[in-house]
This record gives sequence, C-alpha cells and structure tokens, in this order.
Amino acid sequence: MTILTEPFSFEFFRQGLIASLLVGALCGMLGVYVILRRMSYIGHGLSHSVFGGAVIGYVASLNFYVAAGLWGFFSALLINATARRRKIGADAAIGIITTASFAIGVALISKTRSFTRNFEAALFGNILGVTTTDLIVVTVVTLGVAAFILLFYKRLLFMTFDPEVAPIYGINIGVVDSLFALAMAATIVASINVVGVTLIAATLVIPSTTARLLTDSFARMLVVSTVIGAVAGVVGMYVSYWFDISSGATIVLLEAAAFAVTLFVTTVARRRPSWADQPIAPLARDRPADDLG
Amino acid sequence: MSVAPRADPLEPLVRFDHVTCGYDGEPAIRDLDLSIAGGAFVGIVGPSGAGKTTILRAIVGAVPRVQGTVTVGGEAVTSRSMPAVGWVPQLETVDWQFPATVREVVLMGAWSQRRWQAWATRSERQRVDRLLDRLGIGGLADRHIRELSGGQQQRVFLARAMIGDPALLLLDEPTSGVDLKTRDDILHLLADLNGEGMTIVLTTHELNTVAAHLPWVVCVNGRLIAEGDPDEIFTSDVLGRTYGADLRVVRQDGIVLIADAAPHRLRDALRHRHDGFEHAHHEHEGRDHTHSDAGGGPRP
Repeated sequence: MTILTEPFSFEFFRQGLIASLLVGALCGMLGVYVILRRMSYIGHGLSHSVFGGAVIGYVASLNFYVAAGLWGFFSALLINATARRRKIGADAAIGIITTASFAIGVALISKTRSFTRNFEAALFGNILGVTTTDLIVVTVVTLGVAAFILLFYKRLLFMTFDPEVAPIYGINIGVVDSLFALAMAATIVASINVVGVTLIAATLVIPSTTARLLTDSFARMLVVSTVIGAVAGVVGMYVSYWFDISSGATIVLLEAAAFAVTLFVTTVARRRPSWADQPIAPLARDRPADDLG
Repeated sequence: MSVAPRADPLEPLVRFDHVTCGYDGEPAIRDLDLSIAGGAFVGIVGPSGAGKTTILRAIVGAVPRVQGTVTVGGEAVTSRSMPAVGWVPQLETVDWQFPATVREVVLMGAWSQRRWQAWATRSERQRVDRLLDRLGIGGLADRHIRELSGGQQQRVFLARAMIGDPALLLLDEPTSGVDLKTRDDILHLLADLNGEGMTIVLTTHELNTVAAHLPWVVCVNGRLIAEGDPDEIFTSDVLGRTYGADLRVVRQDGIVLIADAAPHRLRDALRHRHDGFEHAHHEHEGRDHTHSDAGGGPRP
C-alpha cells in the first residue's frame, strides 16, 4: 500500500497525478473523434504548431496559454480552410502550416538561446513542473471539452459518420467544425506540459484505436477510450515516479502496451467460423484425383 | 419538424419553379419546372452528371447556388430553412468500418429532437424498435451495421430517414451496387411505404429494372427532357435525348424493354473494320503479284 500512498506526500506528485489523469481522459475522449475523422496527422501537426505559438508568446512575454491557445486555434482553422482548396491535399496543407509554425519556434529559440529548459519541457513534457495554474487550465479544458462532447454528441456523431449527409439533416457543419478545432487546440495546449509536443498525437490516437478494437458501438468506444486514457495517465505517473522515467513517455508506452495486448487478444478471440473446421465435401461432379493424370 | 400540412390540397408537395442550380462553374440543372404531388412515387433518370442528385439535393436546400424557387409543402426552401425530409444516401458512400450499431445510426435521423441531450430516452429507443420491426429488421438494433446483408443495410438507412416522421423520402441511387434480390426487396418495400401514403422520390440509372416499374419518371439531362408514365414516355426519341445515345425501346405484352443499340453498332463497326483489313490485305497481295518486278517491298 505504501507504494501507492508514499508519493502522495509530495505536492508535485499529487498535482502531477491529477494532471495526468485528466490529460489522459481528455485525450482519450477527443481522440475518438480524431481517429474516426482521420485527423491523427492534424493532431500531430497541431501540437508542433502550438509550440511555435508558445515560443512567440515567451519571447513577447505573453501568457503561455493565451499565446499557444490562440496560435493553435488559428492554425486549426487555417488547416481547415487550406484543406478545402481542391488543388492542395489536406496532408500537404497540414505539413506546410504546422511545420512552418514549429520552425518559427525553433528559429526564435536558436536566436535567443535563453530557455533551453522550457524548450525541453515543451517538447517532451515535464509533469514535475505542473503548477497550480496548469492544473486549473487542464481541469477547465477537460470539463469544457467534455461538455462540448455531451451537448453536441448527436451532431458530432452524425457528422463524423456521414459528413455529406449531416447538413441535409440540418446540421451546421461549419459551426461544429470550428468548435471542434477550438476543442482540439485547447486540448493540445493543456496537454503540452504533461506529455509534450512530440507525444501528444500518441495519447490522442492509441487509447481510441484500442477502444475501437474492443467495441463496435460508438458510445461504448467513447467511454472505453476515456477510461484507457485516464488509467494510463494514473499508472504512468506511478511508473514514472518509481522508475524515474519521463512521464509523457511512460504514459505513451503504457498505452502502446495496452494496444498490443488488446490487438493480440482480440485477434486470438476472433475464432474461425464453425464451418471452417469441417472438411469441404467434394461436389458430385468432381472427378477423382487419379483421373486427372 | 415534419412538413407542414398543405393548405391547398391542389398545391403539389414539391415544386420547382424555373430553377437553375448547381455548384461552382456550370449549373447542373437549368430552368427546371417540376411538380411532385403528395403520395407520388417518382424516379429521376438520366446519365451520369445529368443533375439527378442535384435535383434531390435542391429539395433539401443543400445546393449552394440556386436561381428560382423550390417549395416543399408550400414553403420556400433555403439553406437556412430546410424541410424535414428523409434522405437515404447511396450505400456505396457509407463508411462500414465506423463503430456504429443499427440503433445508433437510426437515432442520427432524430438528432434535432432533444438536440442537446447525448443519450436516447426510453421512448426514443422504443420508437427505433417499432420502426425496425415495421421495416422487417426487428431484433437487429444492437448489431454493428457491417454485419447485415445489403437489403438490411438499406433498411437501416431507410429507418434513419423515417424516424423523424417525414412526409417525403428521397433516395439517391438506392439500387446501385446491390444484388438482384436486394434490389427487388428494396423496390417492394418502397412500394409498400408509398401505399401507406409516403411520397417517394429516387434517382436511378437503371431503366429496365427500376425506372420502367415506377408509376412516374422524370428524364433529365441538365434540363427536363420529359416526365410521365414510363409506358408512355420511354420512347427512342425521349431516351435518345436524355442519354445522348441510340436506345431502342421494345414493347411486348405490356412490358417495356430498353436496349442499348451501341453494342450492335460497335459490332458493325468492328466487322466493317475487319472487312476493311481483309480487303486491304487482298488488294495488297494482288498488287505484289502484279508489280513484283517493280521493286519496293510491302509498305506499312
């Protein structure tokens, strides 16, 4: 029991544990839409884009959350708008916008060379440095995204499943898409301190993909993915504490392990149909094999 | 959200009044005048790109550029005020790997009732069950959509279209990409629904197997070519203008059969070309014979 309770005497651990629990659940929840809308690459790109915004905010002495959040939101809208132009593929549009944004961050850092520690924290996550402000932001974003998903559940489901037909049934795709972009940017900004720019895409994609293997129902997939993310966040925090490994990497590795196990179990469990075990009776008109020679 | 009862019984359920509409670039449909009465069962036929689906989309206000007016139940359709109709998409466009049970798909059609509430109420769930029973797929509500047969899948999307209790059902190529039995199945089901008073409009490119059996067809090719009972309007002239192709219409014992003359002409053309080769070949041999001493081998 002390294994579980001992770290609690440290405030950084208590704050980190709550943050990783919330971030795990948040990314697991939103990740369901990310993979079903085939936006994994957008998640990956957006986190890099947000990094650029964060560095600009740092250089201009703006609040991290305001700068990174605004930058991420506008990147998401810009990606949406660019991807709609027929001549440019969505993947190319994402690549251009987010990598350029990341490059701005790198350029500014190489110019000033004064905050390598924050730089590393942003790239790889630094859960030990989670402040009370960070915790409040993570909580607010998690509650906000959860409320968005609950209130827009029917609309989000319809337009994720069938974006062509949803507007015919009266759903305003533009509004829901913009809100989704906002939710995505907020999620990434809130998660950066816990898992880092480079690992956010994994926390969005792995729990939801694992959940997809476990169920064919959308509602259940949403719940299972959220739970996997939250559990990986909590367990990852402990493993990270006891083995002294980076928290972001631990969470992602745990999720990857859960995915591997699930893939194995569901593949083995998918038994051959009963007819496959029976020998195939030759048809009456088939000639015996010795006739063929 | 259902279509308001028509004030004037003579007013058609759907009316196109000089409608020119489409997307960016050339209009898909020009100057269309069309009326569809309540209780009708209408097929829109025409070649690919003739504007069949655009007409369906214009009925629900989902075409960006529209001149003229489309009214449904006496009310003008705009992108802001869409009529409540049931829309059944082409099965080929559905993502069958998507994690959704039959019930989840059907409930999408009722999203605007209790739009802020994520979960379905008990009465909504019962309504889904009753509708699935009525469509002959009761008991499949909790199955994944991929596990069903083609006919069952089509019924799921019909159920999604009908859960909002519309007065009008629109189906985009409901028989495309399905096998013969499923096609018959779907057409009989639609006929039954029409018998119960549902107005049905569908698009199809299958003249013999679908359009010829419908009570009313509309032939389009960028504009209205003809409309009426297929027994009367399916003529070589009308179909030729609709498809820009040489189609022969055979009528026998009350059955209309449309045959494409193109294979016949293709065969003629091939035969002609073949004859030409043989002809050239003989000529060539003959020339060789007579002019062998003139030098100059066979030229290509």
